[in-house]
Amino acid sequence: MTKMPSYTATTNACKLCKPLGASIAFRGIEGCVPFLHGSQGCATYIRRYIISHFNEPIDIASSSLGEKNAIFGGGPNLKLGLKNVTAKYSPTLIGIATTCLTETIGDDVPMLIAEYQKEFSSAQSPILVHVSTPSYSGTHMEGFHAAVRAAVEQLAGSTLPNDSINLLSGFVSPADIRYLREVTKDFGIAVTILPDYSDTLDGPALDDYPLIPEGGTKLSAIRTMGGAKATVELGATLPEVTAGTVLRDVHGTPLHRTPMPMGIRATDTFFQLLTELTGRKIPTCHNAARGRLIDSMVDGHKYVFGKKAVVYGEEDLVVGMTALLAEIGVRPVLCASGGKSNRMAEGIAAALQGLGCPLPIVKEDVDFFDIETLAEELGVELVVGHSKGYALARRQNLPMIRVGFPIHDRIGGQRILHLGYQGAQTLFDLIANALIEKKQNDSPVGYSYM
Amino acid sequence: MSTQPLLKERSNQIHRKGSAPFELDCNKDSLAGAVSQRACVFCGSRVVLYPIADALHLVHGPIGCAVYTWDIRGALSSGPELHRLSFSTDLQELDVIFGGEKKLEKALNELIDRHQPKAAFVYSTCIVGLIGDDLEAVCKKVAAEKGIPVLPVQSDGVKGNKRAGYEAACNAMARLVGTGDVAGISKHSINILGDFNLAGEIWLIRDYFQRIGIEVVANITGDGRVADIQRCHGAALNVVQCSGATQDLANMMRKHFGIPSLRVSYFGVEDMAEALYAVARHFGEPEMLGKARQVVKSELATLLPELAVYKKALAGKKAAIYVGGAFKAFSLVKAFRLIGMDVVMVGSQTGTREDYFELEEITDEGTIIVDDSNPLELSAFLKEKDVDLFVGGVKERPIAYKLGVAFCDHNHERKEMLAGFTGMLNFAREVYGSVMSPVWQFVPRRREEKKS
Repeated sequence: MTKMPSYTATTNACKLCKPLGASIAFRGIEGCVPFLHGSQGCATYIRRYIISHFNEPIDIASSSLGEKNAIFGGGPNLKLGLKNVTAKYSPTLIGIATTCLTETIGDDVPMLIAEYQKEFSSAQSPILVHVSTPSYSGTHMEGFHAAVRAAVEQLAGSTLPNDSINLLSGFVSPADIRYLREVTKDFGIAVTILPDYSDTLDGPALDDYPLIPEGGTKLSAIRTMGGAKATVELGATLPEVTAGTVLRDVHGTPLHRTPMPMGIRATDTFFQLLTELTGRKIPTCHNAARGRLIDSMVDGHKYVFGKKAVVYGEEDLVVGMTALLAEIGVRPVLCASGGKSNRMAEGIAAALQGLGCPLPIVKEDVDFFDIETLAEELGVELVVGHSKGYALARRQNLPMIRVGFPIHDRIGGQRILHLGYQGAQTLFDLIANALIEKKQNDSPVGYSYM
Repeated sequence: MSTQPLLKERSNQIHRKGSAPFELDCNKDSLAGAVSQRACVFCGSRVVLYPIADALHLVHGPIGCAVYTWDIRGALSSGPELHRLSFSTDLQELDVIFGGEKKLEKALNELIDRHQPKAAFVYSTCIVGLIGDDLEAVCKKVAAEKGIPVLPVQSDGVKGNKRAGYEAACNAMARLVGTGDVAGISKHSINILGDFNLAGEIWLIRDYFQRIGIEVVANITGDGRVADIQRCHGAALNVVQCSGATQDLANMMRKHFGIPSLRVSYFGVEDMAEALYAVARHFGEPEMLGKARQVVKSELATLLPELAVYKKALAGKKAAIYVGGAFKAFSLVKAFRLIGMDVVMVGSQTGTREDYFELEEITDEGTIIVDDSNPLELSAFLKEKDVDLFVGGVKERPIAYKLGVAFCDHNHERKEMLAGFTGMLNFAREVYGSVMSPVWQFVPRRREEKKS
């Protein structure tokens, strides 16, 4: 294969900025208003981007810095902003994330918050959680994990041991979170899922615009996470220090890291872990779902076998999707992400072990210019990832399976289920049908019986 | 819940017609913590320059600014589509510490070699000034080496609001103006400023103008080309749409080249017709005015009967408007009137004092007029006025939908043509298609109405 020229500029990035991840994570805490300390544009752009995926309102406050603040410091605006958000939203919590601007001018946010609390704090004041998220270091995934970690670091206190399990599910869809809730319920486990935006970013039609939508991980639950029986943290490419390691190192909560339960084997591992943690058997409905999944994979295996796929997006999603594709007989040939965790290749190798699937090319820190160039060279036949790969799929006339974030060119991005046997089932049907449809459309005959 | 008192600091930016003598604060910095619907200086520059299709648009900064503005406008091109790609220097921590000039220069050189653009716009973002990068110097150097215009856009997000971004964009374009050959341009020629060719609108507008015997020199910026902008000072008149996005450029051209300008709008039947008449009147050719009447007459002959169907269904329904620029709001007020709907709330992100005075004049008693609003206010207004349809952009849409209110997209991301006579019909269809949907009977708002 020809060596890719390495360009200095990023063209059509396959990543988003750090404060976006933090905003979504904060949105998954009950009574929390995400707040970006920076110029107004960051909050507005990020809102627009998130809204277009979830089709839900999301209010993200901003300290709306002006030029003077950039010179003299953003403290006064941060404080005024906090005051106004408190007055207007009466939040239980404000999740403050910094931006490039406030990190570059060197605002000492913890100090500013301490000053603010000294000045204005009362019994009704919201709790302030802050996280440092300059977008010049890391992607939205680092921002997401950093915010979850900040919430645990700043909220989880010393507590009596309890019987629940912490589930740090990573950046998954509201449908995924609901699925995880169902599974743990079927196991009879008391669980704290953090963050939980399954209601706050996928809520019902209402009569009133909610100041802060109902739902989210309860503050009281976060406070007692340190006393949980164990923490399960999903992901194969996680940063070294996360909410999970903080709970383990500070509170002694045993940590179990396991890849996103996508496809059969990773889901088996996840269910196995739950049986070990609870001493209970896998609930029959899930065994049945597994059985149906395998049956359907047999039914459809010929349609998908050997098809070459490109998978792109967040590292953990890519690892999970790659595993799922390889299990059903699709051949992932290119796995790509704009992130640079340096863990994706390892995660993919582990996920593919024993499947007899040749290792794909794994690329971190790439953009869609690189992805498209490589995909074309590799003769890719199936595109798997979020909406921003559509240009590539269209140019090469390839079927596309939309997963992850953002889904900006279809409705229902928030309802895509990726996880578990159920998720694998939905995705298998989608993939098989997309390939069948392609064959059907390309055929001069026009069979109605495939 | 949404009956929460408004923030005191915001009360001067909200007016109810008839409640008091008209006075409205505007063009202020957004209030911290108020969740403004506005963006930033960069956003203003980016939306104006975005449709120039044969230029390279490189965002100098960390990745967010570029990635959130990648292919988001519905601005079409009849040829090259370089504008639909998102280029960023993707600044990293070390660049922030040691400066990003070298990276910028390298990125520019490579991209110009790879894409062969006719010009390059280099946008600065919040931190560029802070880390001491001299954008001007880098652009100058690369321009000399590559032999194309390389134009810095001083769009640091923090240096004001969206309006300041419009100005920065105009300043950048102003450097192109006057550098091209103007030979052979008709004396009946115009530049179209402030139409962004969403869904192909500028093609429609150009067609109307051509039918009355007018040559269009440059589209600024919908389906825009660098070479056209370079010779646009050869046009006899600048026809400016939109609230100020490109007005600064027109002002500059008046000053330096003595080119007069006209403000128009292409939204709604009255404004579209008036735009053609005004241009014809400007040239003082009776024949041209005759042709303009002919165009309007023939367009209306097909449009009005079709519109009547929608008007019948929509008459008496209540509409709320919240858009970026106030100029669009004027046209929308009139367009709603044409289809029999009542405007009960109207606001904008960046209106000026004069804009709001005009809005006050053309709206009915009791109408809420608001500047730089936010989700809580907007939702409170929608409820208070029991609105049937909200017209706005992506950030307003979920507010409407959550409350069970119909919605019409009327911002720069839309994919439907809403300008011109054809656009008026599309607009009516869009409104009709949302207002008349059976889904509203199931939303809580209407369910409760049924009960009572």
